[in-house]
Amino acid sequence: MSAKVTYSREQCLELLRQMLRIRRFEEKCAELYGKQKIRGFLHLYIGEEAVAAGAIPALGAEDALVCTYREHGHAIVRGVPMTALMAEMYGKIEGCSRGRGGSMHIFDAQRRLYGGNAIVGGGIPLAVGLALADRMQGKARVTAVFFGEGAMAEGVFHESLNLAALWQLPVLFFCENNLYAMGTRLDRSESQTELTAKAASFAVPVAKVDGMDVVEVHEAARKAVAYVRERRAPMFVEFQTYRFRAHSMFDPDLYRDKEEVEQWKKRGPLHSFSDRLKAQGLMTEDDFQRLDADVQKELQAAVDYAEAGHWEPVEDLARDVLAQTSTS
Amino acid sequence: MNMTYREAVRTALREALERDPRVFLMGEDVGKYGGSYAVTLGLLEQFGPDRIRDTPLSELAFVGCGVGAALGGMRPIVEVMTVNFSLLALDQIINNAALLRHMSGGQLSVPLVIRMATGAGRQLAAQHSHSLEGWYAHIPGIRILAPATVQDARGMLWPALQDLNPVLIFEHVLLYNMEGEVDESALATDINRARVQREGKDVTLITYGGMLWKTLAAAQQLAQEGIFAEVIDLRVLRPLDDATIFESVRKCRHAVIIDEGWRSGSLSAEISARIMEQAFYELDAPVSRVCSAEVPIPYPKHLEEAALPQAAQIVATAKAVLGRS
Repeated sequence: MSAKVTYSREQCLELLRQMLRIRRFEEKCAELYGKQKIRGFLHLYIGEEAVAAGAIPALGAEDALVCTYREHGHAIVRGVPMTALMAEMYGKIEGCSRGRGGSMHIFDAQRRLYGGNAIVGGGIPLAVGLALADRMQGKARVTAVFFGEGAMAEGVFHESLNLAALWQLPVLFFCENNLYAMGTRLDRSESQTELTAKAASFAVPVAKVDGMDVVEVHEAARKAVAYVRERRAPMFVEFQTYRFRAHSMFDPDLYRDKEEVEQWKKRGPLHSFSDRLKAQGLMTEDDFQRLDADVQKELQAAVDYAEAGHWEPVEDLARDVLAQTSTS
Repeated sequence: MNMTYREAVRTALREALERDPRVFLMGEDVGKYGGSYAVTLGLLEQFGPDRIRDTPLSELAFVGCGVGAALGGMRPIVEVMTVNFSLLALDQIINNAALLRHMSGGQLSVPLVIRMATGAGRQLAAQHSHSLEGWYAHIPGIRILAPATVQDARGMLWPALQDLNPVLIFEHVLLYNMEGEVDESALATDINRARVQREGKDVTLITYGGMLWKTLAAAQQLAQEGIFAEVIDLRVLRPLDDATIFESVRKCRHAVIIDEGWRSGSLSAEISARIMEQAFYELDAPVSRVCSAEVPIPYPKHLEEAALPQAAQIVATAKAVLGRS
């Protein structure tokens, strides 16, 4: 059993609410995929909710965020309205990327969410550049970049971490280690499976965190954000987590034991946190039901919004390939 | 004012760094070393290590870092030592820099300039001598510039930095030592249009970059034989300035494209197709091309020369198109 939760009731319910928002959104996406409302690739975050829900609230509104193609949860917690997010899943013009990106390319410039990147590791140097821009402009902001353990096999991870460490840039490297790069387990692709050891070789501080425990995640993220903000230097945090669903909707999930999945599900971030809150008297079953009903309402409104949305006119196909204006 | 192409690029860099505090330069050996082609010599001393950044040998990361810095409000100039090395950074150039605006529904701009050396002629062998700019010109979402004159080397950088789009500037290695005139109009250089570099009436010779000078030499030789070639310096490889090309082709009714890239799937193929699609009935003969041989550029001088388009081939091809031999 995890340690006693020391947060206030409000804080606990908020962490739970964010996880619930992600879970219900993802379940709905799976359902809508079956109905062919959502097409293309769809990578669900179910099982990993504690990471986004715990880590992202540690960032300030001015900080920047760079994510992967499994980023619906991050966008939700960052504050992208669920309506705009669902419209994006549908490919409607009301979507947060005008419907052009879909599931894997969620952008929200206003909230400093720079994707949604479907090239493994592709967002990592962007984060380094965003942090360099902050440093050169004398801004006290932090840039957090999420990537999976699979990205740590990419050269760009090593190049980028080196650059951030060399130039002492305020980048938070958040590794979501869900053990599988698509179908390839970590020990089948990496000679060094201790991810923090790899990162530490670049002379940056590292931390390893139970990514199934939203409180642990939040505590670690708060400390990491504070470190990067104060020291103006990078840090690496590994969140150990697990996805309960297949890699994408196309994945038959043949590469892992059902038993392994079941073992991880026992540590599911939602129910384990709910149980703890109930055991500590911080939440009743009624509280939970109310929370869930509110989330369901928000979700239904998002689906209605997406359904009522519009397709971008074909005449606008070539719009924004190139900016037409230049500025100084 | 007379200066070398190298000095012209350096002057443009210095001016940009002085005019706009958001501008900074990064790349391999751009600082202490002074640039592998000595373009950036002295800039570190003048602007300091914050704005003249020597990078590790990590093309993918430092080009991606340039994309991020552009998103973050800066105006980065990234130097990639040579076009062959840019292949290490392709993911960031194409999957991020070129796509972000459209893919984000117009929310993001990447005002990034990437400069690199291109082309053959210095016996640098197969991994330092290719002309891949035409290949980059395949990609929507980026602007491709190829300054062939000292004036353009001086003038193209500033407007490229004003562009909200990623701009790739290709500097041909044989041009760095070339001297030329730079006048005041360099400060208002256009980066949308091709230029008629030599007027003529019999055949349009379309080229860019390092090939401009061989093409002008060929035009000179043709003139001695009574053939007046019009020479177009494309300057901008994407988006292509169709209007200038077609206007000349309609006048001359014959066209030859000279491209240091390989023939197959090249920029010359694209231009030829456009002429065929839009000016076919105004041609008196099929369009011809002079391109590099489809081989990796070899090291020995005689083979390198044999692999590259030469003035004599341009002359012969122009005459063949005109039915004169």
